[in-house]
Amino acid sequence: MTGALDWVEGAAVIRDPTGLHARPAVKLTKLAKRFAATVEVRAEGGETWVNAKSPNAVMKLRAGHETPLSVRAAGADAADALAALLALVDANFDDG
Amino acid sequence: MTAEPPERVIRGAGVVGGVAVGPAWRPAVVARSAREAGDPAAEDAALRAALAAAGGQLAALMAAADADGAEILEFQAMLLEDDDLLAPAFASIAQGGAADAAWSGALDAEIAAYSDAGDAVLAARATDLRDLRDRVLACLSGEAAAAAPPPEGAVALAGDLTPSAFLALDWSRLGGAALTGGAAAGHVAILARARGVPLVVGLTAAPQAPDGALVALDADAGALIENPSAETRAALAARTAAGAAERAQDAAAARRPARTAGGAAVRVLVNVDDPALLDALSPQICDGVGLTRTEFLFHGAAAPGEDAQLAVYARILAWAQGRPVTIRTLDAGGDKPIPGVTIDGESNPFLGLRGLRLSLRRPEVFRTQLRALARAAALGPLKIMLPMVTIPQELEQARAHLDAVCAGLAAHGVAHARPALGIMIETPAAALTAADFDADFYSIGSNDLIQYAMAAARDNPAVAHLADPRNPAVLALIGRTVEAGRARGVEVSLCGDMASSPALIGALLDLGLETLSCAPAQVGAVKREIGRVR
Repeated sequence: MTGALDWVEGAAVIRDPTGLHARPAVKLTKLAKRFAATVEVRAEGGETWVNAKSPNAVMKLRAGHETPLSVRAAGADAADALAALLALVDANFDDG
Repeated sequence: MTAEPPERVIRGAGVVGGVAVGPAWRPAVVARSAREAGDPAAEDAALRAALAAAGGQLAALMAAADADGAEILEFQAMLLEDDDLLAPAFASIAQGGAADAAWSGALDAEIAAYSDAGDAVLAARATDLRDLRDRVLACLSGEAAAAAPPPEGAVALAGDLTPSAFLALDWSRLGGAALTGGAAAGHVAILARARGVPLVVGLTAAPQAPDGALVALDADAGALIENPSAETRAALAARTAAGAAERAQDAAAARRPARTAGGAAVRVLVNVDDPALLDALSPQICDGVGLTRTEFLFHGAAAPGEDAQLAVYARILAWAQGRPVTIRTLDAGGDKPIPGVTIDGESNPFLGLRGLRLSLRRPEVFRTQLRALARAAALGPLKIMLPMVTIPQELEQARAHLDAVCAGLAAHGVAHARPALGIMIETPAAALTAADFDADFYSIGSNDLIQYAMAAARDNPAVAHLADPRNPAVLALIGRTVEAGRARGVEVSLCGDMASSPALIGALLDLGLETLSCAPAQVGAVKREIGRVR
């Protein structure tokens, strides 16, 4: 089923020295949940995409400092979701 | 006429002496698979209700916490809305599983994954998952049941009690406690001693008496007696009366200043673990507070904010009515894990990041506490005590944090005073080199000092015979610390369990100690023993 989705995809580098730990994971998932689109993330070198709306799954990615985090989205507002998530990673998870 | 069921004596280790005869009562604790699985729709609804209740509790805790504490809790709150995380639990319920078993199973799998990943950041979050698991289980077992008070004079029976579970019980209504788990030197033992709660740990068999059935606790002999005979009950009643006479003498001695038979004055301070304890205590019985354990502030899962801490410290100072109050900074780690603060998965937590080591690693929590302490010091004679110090550089790093905190308060015009800064002597290294520390006072933490000098874990009954407070190595380390204090002209006290044991008082005074800090319930007995020395 997943293969049939029309994904938009991008990547941004994680700057937090501890990597994608609890605080950034919470911010990322909260933002992803604002969109209707299916949103997934993948750590550098990782095989599997995980649900960006699951803080548990994002935490377990163990995405590290100075590594790119890949983001993909599919659905009505996929482009907006992708842009918002990449911007959050770019801003070092500082959502103001 | 039916025969009375035979008496059944279950042996254990008496930790805090005394006797109690009363109804058996089991505090509502988290019990795995305690539920009978109802139909899947009912179990599904029960889990959803418990998740919602846990979310409500977390929201309330977050509102009361500071920014760091709130972030730790927000991760837990978000997990409650993580559909991927919840899916296995609901799938298990759909196949006929009970709500509690389904939830525990799903969370335990994640906890194992976090702990086994070999990643310190992830392993630290396993504590949050455990905390969340237990919070939801408590909600599932029913808030009302947990809140029901025990019958008057009941004997609490449990497998083990965590310090926070112990503090949640109303010990003014309970006669004593018997645990199948637990260790004589564990933290529950310290809490029970402070309150004079008769306690037996390490029962060799699980009690079978149903709740409400009469049981007898003989903590002096280290036994729980089910179906106590009329003879047993009469014997224990006689001892209760004799104990009451002893306690009356203790109470009279507690109100007098402590002097040896030779006329030397000894300062007797009290150890405080939870300020609620002070409501039932007169400050007249002591010369001040020698140790305030601040871990109780962190039992709510959220790191307490500066103002909340200030209120607690101010309350203790007000109680002391001008007597000095020593407050120990957070002593987490070792066998005192705190979700979101301590590191999970250390191979040997007692030799790892605990006490001041953890505070220097997590300076944001430490500085919040130092700010609250410096502000409280404007209200009365407050002293700061640092736990688990090994080398002088650690004291200097802590002093630099205190300097920065005081400078910040001054810059913002906040009322504060610079408290005296002393150290606990708990490691053999600190005892042997005490004179090298530029400390305003020393306080010997004998429990850890014995554990580290004798290489015998506090929580392991198999090596308890080695953890001997009278061992010459332990006494030599204490004597060395007393000499260092004399040479530098600063106070030396002892605040470990040794100071609460009348049998050890003579040895401590022989070593030159003039200040002891003991459990509030032991003040009278300690002062009477001091009066017999020399």
